[in-house]
Amino acid sequence: MLPLSLRTLATRTLLLLVIASAVSCSSLPPEDGIRVVSAEKRIDLTGPIVKVFLTLKVENTPTASEASRVLLAFTPTEVQHLSIVKATRAEGKRKKKAFVPLSIEASELATTAPDAPRLYSVLLSTPLKPGDATTLEVLYMLTHSLEPFPAEISQSESQLVYYRDSAVLLSPYYVLEQVTYIKMPSNRIESFTRVDPTTRAGSEVKYGTYNNQMPNSYLPILVHYENNRPFAVVEELVRKVEISHWGNIQITEQYKLKHGGARHKGVFSRLEYQSRPSVSGASSFKNLLVRLPPRVHSVYYRDEIGNISSSHLRTDSHKSELEIEPRYPLFGGWHCTFTIGYGLPLQDFVFESVDGRRYINLTFGCPLLDTVVDDLTVKVVLPEGSKNPQPVVPFVTEKHLETSYSYLDVVGRTTVVLKKKNVVGEHNVPFQVYYEFNPIFMLAEPLMLISAVLLFFVAFIAYLHMDLSIRKSS
Amino acid sequence: MAEPEVSPAAASGGGRLRNAFGGVLCAITLLLIGVVAFSIRLFSVIKYESVIHEFDPYFNFRVTQFLSKNGIYEFWNWFDDRTWYPLGRVIGGTVYPGLTLTAGTIWWLLNSLNIPLSVETVCVFTAPIFSANASWATYLLTKEAKGTGAGLMAAAILAMVPSYISRSVAGSYDNEAVAIFALIFTFYLYVKTLNTGSLFYATLNALSYFYMVCSWGGYTFIINLIPMHVLLCIVTGRYSSRLYIAYAPLVILGTLLAALVPVVGFNAVMTSEHFASFLVFIILHVVALVYYIKGLLTPRLFKVAMTLVISVGLAVCFAVVAILVALVASSPTKGWSGRSLSLLDPTYASKYIPIIASVSEHQPPTWPSYFMDINVLAFLIPAGIISCFLPLSDASSFMVLYLVTAVYFSGVMVRLMLVLAPAACILSGIALSEVFSVLTRSIKFQLSKFFDDSPTSSGDSSPESSTNSTKNENRNEKSETAPKEKPSKKNRKKEKELAESVTVKPKKEKRLLVLPFELSVMGILLLIVLGGFYVVHCVWAAAEAYSAPSIVLTSRSRDGLHVFDDFREAYAWLSHNTDVDDKVASWWDYGYQTTAMANRTVIVDNNTWNNTHIATVGTAMSSPEKAAWEIFNSLDVKYVLVVFGGLVGYPSDDINKFLWMVRIGGGVFPHIKEPDYLRDGQYRVDAQATPTMLNCLMYKLCYYRFVETDGKGFDRVRGYEIGKKHFKLTHFEEVFTTHHWMVRLYKLKPQKNRVRGKLKKSKSAKTSSTLATGQKKNPWQ
Repeated sequence: MLPLSLRTLATRTLLLLVIASAVSCSSLPPEDGIRVVSAEKRIDLTGPIVKVFLTLKVENTPTASEASRVLLAFTPTEVQHLSIVKATRAEGKRKKKAFVPLSIEASELATTAPDAPRLYSVLLSTPLKPGDATTLEVLYMLTHSLEPFPAEISQSESQLVYYRDSAVLLSPYYVLEQVTYIKMPSNRIESFTRVDPTTRAGSEVKYGTYNNQMPNSYLPILVHYENNRPFAVVEELVRKVEISHWGNIQITEQYKLKHGGARHKGVFSRLEYQSRPSVSGASSFKNLLVRLPPRVHSVYYRDEIGNISSSHLRTDSHKSELEIEPRYPLFGGWHCTFTIGYGLPLQDFVFESVDGRRYINLTFGCPLLDTVVDDLTVKVVLPEGSKNPQPVVPFVTEKHLETSYSYLDVVGRTTVVLKKKNVVGEHNVPFQVYYEFNPIFMLAEPLMLISAVLLFFVAFIAYLHMDLSIRKSS
Repeated sequence: MAEPEVSPAAASGGGRLRNAFGGVLCAITLLLIGVVAFSIRLFSVIKYESVIHEFDPYFNFRVTQFLSKNGIYEFWNWFDDRTWYPLGRVIGGTVYPGLTLTAGTIWWLLNSLNIPLSVETVCVFTAPIFSANASWATYLLTKEAKGTGAGLMAAAILAMVPSYISRSVAGSYDNEAVAIFALIFTFYLYVKTLNTGSLFYATLNALSYFYMVCSWGGYTFIINLIPMHVLLCIVTGRYSSRLYIAYAPLVILGTLLAALVPVVGFNAVMTSEHFASFLVFIILHVVALVYYIKGLLTPRLFKVAMTLVISVGLAVCFAVVAILVALVASSPTKGWSGRSLSLLDPTYASKYIPIIASVSEHQPPTWPSYFMDINVLAFLIPAGIISCFLPLSDASSFMVLYLVTAVYFSGVMVRLMLVLAPAACILSGIALSEVFSVLTRSIKFQLSKFFDDSPTSSGDSSPESSTNSTKNENRNEKSETAPKEKPSKKNRKKEKELAESVTVKPKKEKRLLVLPFELSVMGILLLIVLGGFYVVHCVWAAAEAYSAPSIVLTSRSRDGLHVFDDFREAYAWLSHNTDVDDKVASWWDYGYQTTAMANRTVIVDNNTWNNTHIATVGTAMSSPEKAAWEIFNSLDVKYVLVVFGGLVGYPSDDINKFLWMVRIGGGVFPHIKEPDYLRDGQYRVDAQATPTMLNCLMYKLCYYRFVETDGKGFDRVRGYEIGKKHFKLTHFEEVFTTHHWMVRLYKLKPQKNRVRGKLKKSKSAKTSSTLATGQKKNPWQ
């Protein structure tokens, strides 16, 4: 039903699809008496990632029971591209207003029908009593939700994209009053669907105010606008963290980068690119910023055929910034691969916890700013001889253990592998891996080397004192 | 330069303790020489990066990657379809596998110890490691000829000789890197066998020769030089059973082993390069027979037998030679490969094989290049030769012969300067060591005369000096007379001690050359200064002249270092943004790099095994756009890569190589005529250039829209404005140009839709082969 409605968009018929009745069999109407008093949806389309800020004022009807959760609804396509959802609840009155982060989990409700809205429940820290109201701030990010149109552009054209959403808030609740704001990077907006009342002010389009929407209302809109921000997409990122208790943490990051915007078509003229940098290749990008921890050392930036000479490292006491340029400017659809490696001092990141275990405290996610990572793998290689690794990550990841071998290892190093899809900058939060490690293992390899050298000398001495010739010398 | 003072002392061991001390000192010196040899080659890594250099090393690197990934059996059977499209190349059967197997083994060994070095790192550092090995092998070889002192000296000189550095800096992953070690080591084993007459060393020698055959085509030098030396020994009446043991097993075992290497195969017995060894093998047997009969018969009977044998032997010899000559003459190249022929006749390549002549390293060297590559050694060599004649032994005559032949070959090709370098180092080492020993002996003698009251020094110096100068001849004399002993370490040690103790006494009476004290001191100082100059020159050559990887260029300007990384930019673009099966056409220089770095199929590469194929590409580059498009299209080419230095002034670009493309193309396809591209015999691309030149594909691809950069089209390599400035491309479109315009990539435009009912003539021509396309079609004349 949803794809159908999307297809009808082009005709710009204002079609109010009230799917409530259609999906009511599968999506159980929430039994609690919550309704949305007012909702404000601010969609930020300035970058390659769609950021949506939702302010919901919800109220529990006096007659209903206590509500411990509030449901958020997303279309199935949105769920596919949904990278992160965060919610906070404003608590306290005016002056002492504080935002308390709330946990969110995918709700099992309403996943039976293929087109039914997917529900996420925001678990309230304190249940909402009948008749009470509260304000929720929700932030969610969608990746790969801007569709370039035209899909192929030449070097001199700038990039136009479609964004599809609903003018009204998709919600399982009754919505009393609602506004949607869409912010775009520039004034160049080719077209946008009008759902009265709709107003445009500069680079912002306002939908609403709409009153008294039924649950699960959906009013498809389409915005077609210019977005020349770099659509840098890391298709695959493998971060390998190697801990050495001799004092170093070595991090190696392998990137597969792609320009995810409109595909480049026809010739690439270096002349145009160099002589008219503002017009030519407006949507292309040639440098990226990597934010690294402070006190980083031995930074390298290379790919499979050698060092890439165009990079700058700036360090200060708070952060290090590595500005890198791929070998060639990236136009739509162009790929490149590279590796960044650096060392970090051990004492900044590995600590001993109260129970005697050690833990490493690092930032999850990709240090490249403003990029989407489709497939992130973090490998934490613990030193040889460490036991019982236990990763602590603030969100859901796929985890498993491996054994990897490095310099003169005999038993191998325990490696914690964490995998996550659809990672954005908001995922750059600390995570920990706890493990048990006995420092005596640090001596294993030096002792091995010493005994090897000793053996060599012993063998040599033995050889010199042995007469191996068949004939006895007189 | 601590060795000269050290080495005589090390060589002359008075007491047992002293001997041991000398041995340890010698070992430490050798270790330090190895360290010097390794570390002087790291300039390229420090100044640039750890990366494979130039052209051929990229191929070797790619082969090593394949080997480490797929294993040895896959490697032997590897048919590479990424190159010489559509012909392909059997890599396993056409490559000298020594280098790749060596690096592959090192990598495998390291990886089995869980040391995670990449194949690339191993490849980069293979050459420096083997230079250290080569300097140790030089020590051994020179020691066999002239003793430890000369050995250490020669090893130290070889460790930093610029000629060898040029081929073995870190990253220069080429056959020569390991082959020079193999060459010297084979010579060492040969000389060792010659000195000891041990079958053990003879076998090792054959194995070492096998390694050399695996490593480099230059093995033919060994298989011709050693027979020459054997012949020399026979002619000068130095035949001995040791000579027989040194040579006969080498020919039999060596040839059998050489035939095992796929790239050599039956060439080991079929081509003229190897005939000398068989001929000398026969002669050696005849001589051996003569000596045997001489021992059996009385002198009078022997004379009779001699005439008989000589007449029969000569008849047999003539018959064999006649058969050989007939066989050889029946083949068109007289059984010689093109490269060998161009060695014998330096003008051969430029006359008949432009593809060999087009390579700059196949040109004869200029005099300055001798000074650049072997520096002061050029002046020390004559002294070394003289010292080899005082007295002449089997080993020292070998050195002289090696030097003389190497000088000749280096005079033919710059590249073979590399073969000269070890010979020059050995002889210079001998010369320097000899001079130092004379001078220091004089000083000691004078000092002992001066302080006559100090008995220790005088007692010390006289036997020492005498041993020093005479030890080598003693050893040689001794080994000639002594019965063959099984070479165990102990026996050798004893033998040495015995030799020293025995020979010290009679030589004491021998008159020694003693120079005045001041003169000796001056001499030593001057020699140290000379050595200092040599070291400074070598370090400079290693750091400045030979460390550039040529894949990444740098230039210093007022605002710091500027890096030109255009080649890798283009290859990286190709590898990530084109289809994996796309074919890229470029001049053959860039073939290896394209397959290795961009992983795309190329039409021709640096292997240059198929002249016609290269000529096809040369023809396409020298043809007008339409004809070129047809040739390339028939080869299924999708991208054309040209290297253009006109914007930044990079001189070795395709426009400067273009005349060779015309020449090679014209050699096969006669409609390409070199004079059409020359104005009054001059090659130019400015307004004076011929229309053929200005309309050919290479010109167009290089200068497409070049005029718009500065408005005039000033070519900074040629130093003038280009001839044709504004033009459009009809059959090609620009898809990528690197940052400094050094590499430009064009895509063939898709074929035009056929107009109904209008059959183009070209269709019929295109169905036939490329060759026919090139020959039949001549649309611009």
